[in-house]
Amino acid sequence: MSRIQSTFNTLKQQGKTALIPYITAGDPHPQHTVKLMHTLVAHGADMIELGVPFSDPMADGPVIQRASERALLHKVGLTAVLNMVKAFRQTDQKTPIILMGYANPIEAIGPVVFADRAKAADVDGVITVDYPPEECGNFVQELRTRNIDPVFLLSPTTEPSRVDLIVKQASGFVYYVSLKGVTGAANLNITEVVDRVKSIRTQTNLPVGVGFGIRDAATAKATAAIADAVVVGSRMVQAIEASNDENLFDNVAVLMDELKAAVDAR
Amino acid sequence: MQLYDMPDARGHFGQFGGTFVAETLVEALEELRVMYEKYRHDPEFLAEFAYDLKHFVGRPSPIYHAKRLSDKVGGAQIYLKREDLNHTGAHKINNTIGQALLAKRMGKPRVIAETGAGQHGVATATIAARLGLECVVYMGSEDVKRQAPNVFRMKLLGATVVPVESGSKTLKDALNEAMRDWVTNVHNTFYIIGTVAGPHPYPMMVRDFQAVIGVEAKAQMQEMVGRQPDAVVACVGGGSNAMGIFYPYIDVPNVRLIGVEAAGHGIETGMHAAPLTANSPVGVLHGNRTYLMQDADGQIIETHSVSAGLDYPGVGPEHAWLKDIKRAEYVAITDDEAMAAFHNLCRTEGIIPALESSHALAYAEKLAKTMSQDQVVLVNLSGRGDKDINTVAKLANITL
Repeated sequence: MSRIQSTFNTLKQQGKTALIPYITAGDPHPQHTVKLMHTLVAHGADMIELGVPFSDPMADGPVIQRASERALLHKVGLTAVLNMVKAFRQTDQKTPIILMGYANPIEAIGPVVFADRAKAADVDGVITVDYPPEECGNFVQELRTRNIDPVFLLSPTTEPSRVDLIVKQASGFVYYVSLKGVTGAANLNITEVVDRVKSIRTQTNLPVGVGFGIRDAATAKATAAIADAVVVGSRMVQAIEASNDENLFDNVAVLMDELKAAVDAR
Repeated sequence: MQLYDMPDARGHFGQFGGTFVAETLVEALEELRVMYEKYRHDPEFLAEFAYDLKHFVGRPSPIYHAKRLSDKVGGAQIYLKREDLNHTGAHKINNTIGQALLAKRMGKPRVIAETGAGQHGVATATIAARLGLECVVYMGSEDVKRQAPNVFRMKLLGATVVPVESGSKTLKDALNEAMRDWVTNVHNTFYIIGTVAGPHPYPMMVRDFQAVIGVEAKAQMQEMVGRQPDAVVACVGGGSNAMGIFYPYIDVPNVRLIGVEAAGHGIETGMHAAPLTANSPVGVLHGNRTYLMQDADGQIIETHSVSAGLDYPGVGPEHAWLKDIKRAEYVAITDDEAMAAFHNLCRTEGIIPALESSHALAYAEKLAKTMSQDQVVLVNLSGRGDKDINTVAKLANITL
């Protein structure tokens, strides 16, 4: 059983929803990333989604675009990100790490080499925004044979027949993108999300995470009531962007505490 | 009989092409694929397209024997396919009309486009005005500064021009931003991509709409010269004008197809926009797999060319395929060589070519020299150079 699966099982027994914060690796500075990850865990992160910086983040809104640009100023690429995961694992062997990024950095080293290195770094899940199941070939198999979960996105425009196709490839959980648009775009329509998550559950037993558009305690709480995991990305990156070296970790901790309380109060 | 039959049903040209997009766009592309399949052979749609090409664009564009240029160069006879004479000044309008007619049939009241030099933006704004569609054009803020006259043209035509501040602030970033708009407004918006790149069905669809160039050229060459050219030469950024003229020739034996990329300051300097010539690795960007200028981490690197229209780190997937199967050859021309060819055509033939097309002209001159006088080189003169006069003046230290 993968670390992601067992984390979901434990939370389910406790009647809890997972809180998954997203940060971009290397933002605001590569030397802060590992400590930031530990801060997230200390303040309630059940798993961490770690963004791999890319020069052309087509599915991301301005907030995460800027995070990518800040990280790229320090040349943080896939190799550096995997090294950060290794460093994190020295003191935390429990918290699942899910890499989120785009296809080209993986293509650059090749999917098999990537899967080997991700395994060596003890990565638990991989979300590749622009690798739909039809195009990623043996990538899913390469990950699964190494006990890494390929996590796929489902969107408001995904037809039920496609949901079937995707959940067959996915493991760990599926990630419902709660609005049409880029990351951090607007507030989500919770009624619509409720309907869609219900419908997805009729097609799979995998846990359903919900992200894109969760901005505060209220939306986190409402989402936690219906999802197995709540993903908070742009809001987290905004807190990082608004901080300086002095208050960075405190600001992230305060936001995490607020979100954790909201998710637990579902 | 057409032997060449690419792409496959899911838009692959061998290992290239495909549909590498975020999940939100998958259904939109599927809808587009189905609608394009429905209309691509529909007589009524094709008749409407042909009508606009004739009466709105002014097609067929002529073929012109550049005799003084040929004599000056010494060697093969150089012929020009005059896409520069089209309405709006380039080949771009052929494709925007096709896609806008499709948008109308799909009931999408809003069209968006990305643009580099501004030619595709102007062509999109033009057809949007003619069909009464709302039009938003994304343009890198660097390009907005460099191409002010085209920005004004788009505004005159009623389009909204959005300067893009992210990344390198050029064409690839404009494409990213247009994709983001499309993801958000997919219910009412048609994305008119300007080149033979992007996710399936765009590379195929744009090629088909541009193939009118090659179809006309084949008939015109037969009529005018009594035979087909020995070589067809076209510039390649994303590669739409080249695919347009190459496509009908792919099955014609003994016609060399030569794509000319931008070597910028020189391939060896790394400051260029020539992924095929420089043997760049294969990668995934903007929805398709192709040869791509990138660093060891898979980050896309900045390109350089004197011509904004060739300033793109990738290339249409069908060109990648034609390179691999050796049906087309790809070469590169530096900024300086393109500028020399630009001035040469102005002075010998009274035609001001676009800087993009000047790359094709420069290679045609090199090639013609190695050939005999009874041989024929056909150059796709993809656009006119009026838009480039500020760039040319600046390079010559002339204040207009």
